Amino acid sequence: MSDKNDSFILEMRGISKNFPGVRALDRVSFDLRKGEIHALVGENGAGKSTLMKILGGVYPRYEGEIYLDSRIERFKNVRDSARSGIAVIYQELSLVSEMSVAENIFLGRLPRRRGFVRWNKLYKDAGELLARLNLRLDPRTTARKLGIGQQQMIEIAKALSQRARILILDEPTAALTDSETETLFAILNKLRDEGVALIYISHKLKEVFRLSDRITILRDGRVVAACDTTDTDESRVITAMVGREVSQIFPRRASEPGEMIFEARDITVRDPISDKLLVERVSLSVRRGEVLGIAGLMGAGRSDLLMALFGAQTGRVTGEIFIEGRRALIASPADAISHRIGFVTEDRKRFGLVTDQSILKNMTLAALDQISGRFITHRERETAAGSRAVSDLRIKAHSLRSIAGSLSGGNQQKTVLAKWLLVEPRVLLLDEPTRGIDIGAKQEIYSLINRLADEGLAIILVSSELPEVLGLSDRVMVLREGRVAGEFARSEATPEKVMGCAMGG
Amino acid sequence: MGQAFIETKKRSIEFNSAIRTYSMVIALVAVWAIFAYTTDGVFLEARNFSNLMRQSTITAILSVGMLMVIVTSHIDLSVGSVVGLAGGVAAVAQGWLGWGLEWSILAALATALLIGALQGFLVAYLNIPAFIVTLGGLLAWRGAIKGITEGNTIPVQIPAFKTIGQGYIAPPVGMALAIASVIAIIVITLARERSRRQHGLGSESRFRLVTRIFIPSILVFAFVAAFNRYAGVPVPVLILAVVALAGAMTVEGTAFGRYLYAIGGNTDAARLSGVNVRLHALAAFSIMGVLAGLASIIYTARVGSAAPDAGRLLELDAIAACVIGGTSLMGGRGSVQGACLGALFMASLDNGMSLENYQDFTQDIVKGLILVTAVGIDMIGRRKDG
Repeated sequence: MSDKNDSFILEMRGISKNFPGVRALDRVSFDLRKGEIHALVGENGAGKSTLMKILGGVYPRYEGEIYLDSRIERFKNVRDSARSGIAVIYQELSLVSEMSVAENIFLGRLPRRRGFVRWNKLYKDAGELLARLNLRLDPRTTARKLGIGQQQMIEIAKALSQRARILILDEPTAALTDSETETLFAILNKLRDEGVALIYISHKLKEVFRLSDRITILRDGRVVAACDTTDTDESRVITAMVGREVSQIFPRRASEPGEMIFEARDITVRDPISDKLLVERVSLSVRRGEVLGIAGLMGAGRSDLLMALFGAQTGRVTGEIFIEGRRALIASPADAISHRIGFVTEDRKRFGLVTDQSILKNMTLAALDQISGRFITHRERETAAGSRAVSDLRIKAHSLRSIAGSLSGGNQQKTVLAKWLLVEPRVLLLDEPTRGIDIGAKQEIYSLINRLADEGLAIILVSSELPEVLGLSDRVMVLREGRVAGEFARSEATPEKVMGCAMGG
Repeated sequence: MGQAFIETKKRSIEFNSAIRTYSMVIALVAVWAIFAYTTDGVFLEARNFSNLMRQSTITAILSVGMLMVIVTSHIDLSVGSVVGLAGGVAAVAQGWLGWGLEWSILAALATALLIGALQGFLVAYLNIPAFIVTLGGLLAWRGAIKGITEGNTIPVQIPAFKTIGQGYIAPPVGMALAIASVIAIIVITLARERSRRQHGLGSESRFRLVTRIFIPSILVFAFVAAFNRYAGVPVPVLILAVVALAGAMTVEGTAFGRYLYAIGGNTDAARLSGVNVRLHALAAFSIMGVLAGLASIIYTARVGSAAPDAGRLLELDAIAACVIGGTSLMGGRGSVQGACLGALFMASLDNGMSLENYQDFTQDIVKGLILVTAVGIDMIGRRKDG
C-alpha cells in the first residue's frame, strides 16, 4: 500500500448517460487518488464500460461533471482525453502487428529530424520505457512475434510514453497466462508506487482483492457500494453486484417437463487458429418442456457451446449429440435444422437477419423448403405463413414487405424468433434473446418462451442477465472458462450462488 | 395482420426492383425518343430496331449470369475470355475435328461450364477472392484460345450453326409464339389469383389483374410485330427471351434464387439459417459459365468465325449492364429484368451513336459517364434513406 495521498486526481460527480430507451448511468460518482488502484466491478451491462468511455472521451455528451486535478474538464473526443493524461487499455489490442515494438509505442509520435525518423533515439527511448516496466524485450522485435501478455505490456508502455497519469485497464488478465498475470501485477504495483492512478475493471474478484485499494460496485447504472478493499470481502461484493428485488415479471409455469429429448456429451471446442480450448468436455441434457439456462461470464464459452450444438462452429468440435436417444451427426446448420433444432443467435443484425430484405423473406429463410416448396417458391403459402407469424408474435410492422432493418429491436428479435418457429423445432437454442430490447418487448418474449416450453419445446437459454436466467429456467448450468462450474435447480438457484459460481468460487 | 406501425426511416418497404425497372424503362424510352428524333426516325426503322435488339443479346445473356454472381457478392472478370475460348472450341471442333452441329455446340457449352465450375470451386471452397480467380482466368483462357488457334481466325463450317446468330424466326411462327406467350400469361396470372384466394389472402383488384395481363401481352405483340416488319424475330432474341425468363423465374421464384440474395445480403445470417453458402456460390459461377458458353455460340455464329481476341472486354459490358440495371456490387440486390434493360440501354446508346457517326472513342466516354452517373444516383438515393 502506498502512502495515502489525500488529493484526488479525478472526480466524477453525478454522471448520467442515456441511450435510446435505456438509462445506462444514473448519477454515478467515482473518484480516484494519485498512486491508487481503484477497482470497478459489476455485471455485464452495469455501466462500467459506459463510464470509462465517458472518461476516455468516446461519449462527449453526458450529464454531470468531471474534475481532473480539481479542474473541471469536458472531453470532446478521445484525443482530448488522451492529452489530459488518461489512457485506456482495452481488451481488444490495437498494435500494428508488422511494426516493431518501438514503433508501436511511439506510433504517431516518432522522433524525427527534418522528416527522417531518428531510429537510434526511438529505440533508446523505447528501451528505457521497457526497462521501467521491467520488461526484458528488444525494442526492435516485431509486434507479431509477441505473446498476448507481452502485447498488453506494450500497450501499457505506449500509454506511459504518452505521460498517462490515469490508466484504465479493462479485463486485462482475460487472455493472460498465470506468469504473465504475475508480471502484469508487478508492473501495476510499481506504477502505483510511482504515483500513477489506475482504474482496474475485472470480474476476477481474487485479483481485485489482491491488487486494489478501493472497490466501487455498479449495478444497473448506479453505484451501489464504494469502500476500501480491506473493509469488505468477496461475498459481500457479489451480493452488492447482483442482489436486487426480482420483480414479478416472469409468469410462473405450471407444466411438468417430459422425457429427455436432447443430450450432449463431452462437447469440446478448440479455437481454429490458436487451438485454445473454448469449451471443455461440457455435457448437458434437456427434456421436453424444460428450460435449461446457461449462465456465466462473457468469454466463458456459452455462445461457443451453442454454436457447437448447432453445427455452426468454425473451431474444431468433438463430442456427441443425441436426439430422442439416437446419435445425431450435426456438422452444419442445415443438419441441425433437419433435426429440428433452431438457434436464435446473439447479435441479430449481424447473424440473425438480412437487414436489407423484407420481414417475410427473413422469416422464411430457414424453412423455405417446408413452407414454399423445394424448388419453386409459392408466394402465397409464404405470405400466409408470414401473416400468421406476425399476428401470433404480435410483430409491429407496416407490412410483410417492410425492411427488417427498419423495425425496432424488439420486433427484429421477434422476426428472428418467427424464422425459427417456422422450422417447427423440437429444441430451441436462445443466445441473449432480449439484449438491446425495451422492457415491454422483453416481457413479450418471456411470455413467448414460457408458452413454447408449455407446448413441449426443449429450450436452452444463454443470457448474461441473471434475473432473466433465474426467472425463466427450470435448471441453471454455470460455465466458467469453458467448463461446467455448477448446476442448480430452480429452487436452489440464487443470484449470489450463480454469480459466485461464474466468477470462480 | 399486426397493427400498423409508423416507421421512422423513410424507406420502409423492401427495395422494390420493380421501381428500378420502371425507371429504366422510362430512361430507355427517352433515349429511343431522342435518337429517333436526331436520326430523323432512322433509329426506329424496322431494320435498325431489329439490329439493335440483336446487338444487345450477347451482353444481356451474359448479364443474367453476371447478376447471379454479383448478387452473391462475387464478380467474374473472365467472361469475355471464356466467350472467346468456348467459341473457338466450337469452331475448331467443326473445322479441324469435323464434329457436327450438336457436338460442337456441346463442346462449347461443356468448356464454358467446366471453366465456370472450376473458378467457382476456387472461390467458394478455397476462399480465393473472386476478383483474383477470374482475373487469372481472363488472362489464362485468352492465352488458351490464342494457343489453340495459333493466332488464326477459324471460320464456322456448318451453315446451320450460323443461323443461331444470324437467323430469323419466320413471321407466322413468331406470331404463333406470341399468341402462345399471351395465353401463358393469362393462365399463370389467373392461377396465381386463385391461389391467393385459396390461402385467404384476398383477391387483387380487377384493375390490377387486367393490367397485369394486358401490359405484358401488349408488349409481346408489339415487339413481335416490330420484328416481323423486317424479317421476323431474330433467333438470338428468342434465345435471350428464354434465358431471361428462366433467369428471372429462378432468382425470384425458387428457393435457390432466394438463397443467392440472402448470401449476398448477409452471408453469416444465411449460413446460420442453414443455407449451403459454398455450394450456391459454386452454382452461380457454373451458371455464369453455361451462359457464357451460350453467348459464345451466338457470338461466333453471328460473326461467322472465331477470332483469337473475340469477346474482349465483354465482361465489362455485362457488369455495366447489371449495375445500370440496379445491381449492387456489394451483393444482395439486383434483378434479371434490370440487367437486361441495362444491356438494352447500352446497346441503344451504341447503336444510336453509331448511326450519328460518333467515333468509337466518344461512345466509350459516354458509356463510362452513364455508368458512373447511374451508380452515383443510386448511392445518393441510398444515403438519404440512412
